[in-house]
Amino acid sequence: MNVVYFAWVRERIGLPQETVTSDAATVNDLIVELIAREERYAAAFADISALRVALDQELSDFDASLAGVREVAFFPPMTGG
Amino acid sequence: MIVRVQSDVFDAGAELNSFAQGRHDIGAVVSFTGVVRDTKGDLQEMLIEHYPGMTQGAISKIVQEAVQRWDLADVLVIHRYGPLKPGAPIMMVATASAHRAAAFEAADFLMDYLKSRAPFWKKEITNDGAAWVSAKDADEDALTRW
Repeated sequence: MNVVYFAWVRERIGLPQETVTSDAATVNDLIVELIAREERYAAAFADISALRVALDQELSDFDASLAGVREVAFFPPMTGG
Repeated sequence: MIVRVQSDVFDAGAELNSFAQGRHDIGAVVSFTGVVRDTKGDLQEMLIEHYPGMTQGAISKIVQEAVQRWDLADVLVIHRYGPLKPGAPIMMVATASAHRAAAFEAADFLMDYLKSRAPFWKKEITNDGAAWVSAKDADEDALTRW
């Protein structure tokens, strides 16, 4: 699946997007896998309450299933307007 | 209903003049323009990042929600991204309705939701460095009004 990052999440991880091969069942499972990779992921996902997630361009929840999902996006709370 | 996401500057006055023009069933037009604010006098620019694949759809959903809740003849939302100078327009919302209450309330609703549910992130570049603007609890709390 495609994993995309925005704002300070992108800056901490150092990538705007990447292709991730994973069997993670939920967003939380995917985060556990990413954190195990490298320190920069651990830094970005240190406080989940400071993050939001979108699945296939729709806001979602961290316990949501990744079945059939093609794009996961992680970002801080939005500051539009 | 028009939703535009763009880096180019827009002329809020010209947009408002052409908004809902020629409609004779409208008694009220309300508009809001958001402008880059330099509170401390040290802002070089505001950088607005967005999620290109999601932005248009997310704003359209918010507009659809407003149209379902209020009797609106037309809605306009323009939101910019990219580097913006102090004083530059960031975004605007306009609503048109037969009566003013619907136009005011819908514009207020749209602003509250655009603030917290449209995928934009603001970064302030000041003389001292760069910092992401944090979302405020009050902005999230504002959604409960609706």
